[in-house]
Amino acid sequence: MSNKRLLFIIPLLVFMILVGYFAVGLTKDPSRLPNMLAGKPVPEFTLAPLLGRDDKGFSRTDLLDDVTLVNVFGSWCVACRVEHPFLMALRENNQIPIHAIDWREEDPQAGPQWLKRFGDPYTLVGDDPKSKAAISFGVTGAPETFLVDKKGVVRFKHIGPLNDQVWQSTLLPLVQQLRKESTP
Amino acid sequence: MRLALLALLFLMTTPLPGHAVNPDEVLADPALETRAREISKGLRCLVCQNQSIDDSDASLAKDLRVLVRERLTAGDSNEQVIAYVVSRYGDFVLLKPPVNKATLALWLGPFLLIICGLIAIVLFFRRNAKTATTAAAPAPLSDEEEKQLAKLLAESDR
Repeated sequence: MSNKRLLFIIPLLVFMILVGYFAVGLTKDPSRLPNMLAGKPVPEFTLAPLLGRDDKGFSRTDLLDDVTLVNVFGSWCVACRVEHPFLMALRENNQIPIHAIDWREEDPQAGPQWLKRFGDPYTLVGDDPKSKAAISFGVTGAPETFLVDKKGVVRFKHIGPLNDQVWQSTLLPLVQQLRKESTP
Repeated sequence: MRLALLALLFLMTTPLPGHAVNPDEVLADPALETRAREISKGLRCLVCQNQSIDDSDASLAKDLRVLVRERLTAGDSNEQVIAYVVSRYGDFVLLKPPVNKATLALWLGPFLLIICGLIAIVLFFRRNAKTATTAAAPAPLSDEEEKQLAKLLAESDR
C-alpha cells in the first residue's frame, strides 16, 4: 500500500522540482550575458582617435601598465548621459584613468561634440563606428565598463550606468586589490 | 478588372522574405554569401534576443553580419567564425543550444520522459492482462463445492 502511495507522490515531487527551477530562472535577467572576457587578456584592437582630440587613438597596448577603466559610450546613448556626471567626478578626484570606446557614431563629429558639451573625463578615446572593438569586447549595449588590471587582463565588467553606489561597493575594493598586485 | 484586383490582393497577402541584410553587405562570391547567411541564421541578435542577426535590423546585428562575412572572406571555416562569436558572447548567442553539461538535461529530458511513459504504459497493460486472465478462467470447483452445488440444485428442483 505504501508503495502505491509513493507512486502518487512522485508527480507532485517532479512538479515541485520544476517549480523550483523556474522560480530560480525567473530571477535571472536573460539580457545580462556572462562576461566571457573575465580573467582573459584584453582583445587585440586598434582604434583611431576622436576628431579634435590630440591623443593617438586607443589600442590594446595602452592597457598594459596600470589599473584602468574602459568605458563604452555613444552620443546616442541616453543612459550614458545619466552616467556621465559620475565619470566626471571620478576624473576630478583622480581616482583611476578612464579610457573610452566611442561606439557606433554615425557622424564622426557627434562624439567630440558630446564630450565638449558634457565634459571629457577620458584619458584616451578610440572611435569605433563599426563595432570592431565593441564586438571583440563582447559589448551588447552602452554603457558598459570594463576593469582592466596592470597586466591587461579584464577582471570585471559592469553593464549599465556606473554610479557612486556601484563604485563604492564593487569597483573600488576591486581596484584597490588590483593595485596591490605586482606589475609584470 | 477583377483579375487585376485579384492580382493586387495576391501581391498584398504574399509574405515577402523579410531579410535585414542590406545590399551593400552582400558578398560578391555567392558560395561565401550562402555560408554567411547560414551562419547568421544561427546567431542570436544580442539586442532583440529572439531574432537571428540575419533577421534583425539592429545596428549591432548589422555589424555582426559584416564581421561574419569579413572572417569568411579571410578564410575562416564556418565553425571558426561561430567559435569566435561564442568566445565573445557565450553560448547564449547560439539560437540552437549546444550539447554540453549545462544543457544535457534539456536535450535528454524529453527522451527520458518518453521512456518513463512507455514503461508506465507497459506496466499498466501487463497488470490489466493479468487480472483479466484470472477473471476469465476461475479455478475449478473443489469436491466440497460440487457437493454443495448439487445440494442446492436438488433443493431448487423440489
